[in-house]
Amino acid sequence: MNLLANTSALLGKELRTEFRSRELLTTTIVFVLLVVVLFSFTFDPSATESRRFGPGLLWLAFLFAASLMLQSCFLREQNNDTLGALRLAVADPFAIFLAKLSANTLFLFLTELLMIPVFTVLYNVPLLAVLPQLALVLFLGSFGLAVTGTALSAVSAQARMRELMLPLLLLPLLTPLLIASTEATAALFDVKPALRWDWVAILAAFDVVFLTAVWLFGEYLLEE
Amino acid sequence: MTRIAVAALTVCALIGISTYAAFYVAPTEQTMGLVQRIFYLHAPCGMTALFAFFVSFIGCIGYLLKRESKWDWLAVASAETGMAFCTVVLLTGPIWAHPAWGVWWAWDARLTSTLVLWLLYISYLVLRNMVEDPNRRAQICAFYGIFAFLDVPLVYGSIWWWRTQHPQPVVFTSGGLDPTMRKVFYLSWFALMCLMALLICQRYQLEKTREEVEVLKREVENA
Repeated sequence: MNLLANTSALLGKELRTEFRSRELLTTTIVFVLLVVVLFSFTFDPSATESRRFGPGLLWLAFLFAASLMLQSCFLREQNNDTLGALRLAVADPFAIFLAKLSANTLFLFLTELLMIPVFTVLYNVPLLAVLPQLALVLFLGSFGLAVTGTALSAVSAQARMRELMLPLLLLPLLTPLLIASTEATAALFDVKPALRWDWVAILAAFDVVFLTAVWLFGEYLLEE
Repeated sequence: MTRIAVAALTVCALIGISTYAAFYVAPTEQTMGLVQRIFYLHAPCGMTALFAFFVSFIGCIGYLLKRESKWDWLAVASAETGMAFCTVVLLTGPIWAHPAWGVWWAWDARLTSTLVLWLLYISYLVLRNMVEDPNRRAQICAFYGIFAFLDVPLVYGSIWWWRTQHPQPVVFTSGGLDPTMRKVFYLSWFALMCLMALLICQRYQLEKTREEVEVLKREVENA
C-alpha cells in the first residue's frame, strides 16, 4: 500500500508540474498534428488510401512524438538535481517509475485521443462507431510506449548525445508494438471494422513483459 | 599464449573440416542445387548468434545482481561476437534468397526479426560508447541488454503473425532433412560454436586489459 500512496503522491507532482506549464502536452500535440498534416502530401489522401496508410502513419507519428517527448522526464530531475531527493523520499524506487510512466501514458493517450477527430476530418475515415475499441488499442499502445520510453529515458539521460540516444535505443525495441498496434488499428479502420484480439494480446504481452522488467531492474538505473 | 594458439588452431581445423564437409560430403539438394550449400553456414550462424546474445543476456543479469565487472565483460564480449555472426546471417541470407526466391530481400518473419535483432544490438554497442564512467556504463548497458533480449521473442512473435515465407524449420523435425545433410549441419554448428567461444574468450580478455589500463591511467593522473 506504501507503493500506491507514494506513486499517487508522485503522480500528483508530475501532473501538477505539467498542467502548470503545459509545455510538454502543447508541443507534443502540435508535433503530431504537423506530422499527420505533412503525411497527407506524400500520398493521395482519399478514403481508400487513408484506410491503407492511415494506421501506419498515425502510429509512426505517435512513436516519434513519444521518443521526443519522453526525453525530458528524467532530464528534468537531473538538471534540477532532484533525483537524489526523489530516491530518498520513497521506499521503493519503482514508485518513481510508476508515477512517471502513468503520467506519460496519460499525456500520450490524451494526445492520441485528440488526434482521432482531426484524422477523421482530414482523411475522411469515419471512426466514431469504433471509438471504444480504438481507445483500448490506443491505451495499450501508449502504455507500452510509456513503459519502455520512461525506462530508457533514464538510460539515455546518463549518456552523451542523449537527444539522439533515446530514439536510437527506443525505436528498434518498439518494433513489436508498432506492428501490433498498426495491425489492430488497421482492422478498426476497415470498411467492416473488427477488433483483432490476437494483436491486442501481443500489445498486452509487450506491456506486461516490459513493466515486469522495469519492476525487477528499474532501481539499478536510479542509483547515484 | 600457447593455450590460445592451440585453441585457435583447433577452431581453424574444425572450420576447415566443416567447410570441406559442406562442399564435398553433403549431397547436392535436388531443387535448389549448389546454392543450397550456403545453408551450412547461414543457419548455424543464426543459431550461434542467438546463443551469443543469450550469453550476453546472462552477463547483463549477472552484472546487475553481482556488481562484478567480469559480468559486464562477458556481456559486451558476447554481444559483439553475436553481432559478427548476425552480420554473416544477414549477408548470406540474400545470397541464398536471390536464386531461390528471385529477390534479394523478403520481409519474411525470420529475416526481418534477425534484422531487428541486429539493429537492437547495434544500439546496445553504440550506447556503450556514449558513457565514460565504467560502472555507470556497465549498469545502464546491462539494463538495455536485458530489454533488448526480452524484445526478441516479441519481435519474432509479432513478425511471424504478420507474414512468413521462410522455409519451415527442417532440422529438428524428423524426416525433413537427409541424414548426411543433418550430420554436416551439426558439424558446422559445432565448429561455429567453438569459434564463438574462442572469440568471446579473446574479447573478454581484451575488455579486462582495457579496464586495467584505465585504472592504471587514473592512478598515474592522481599521483
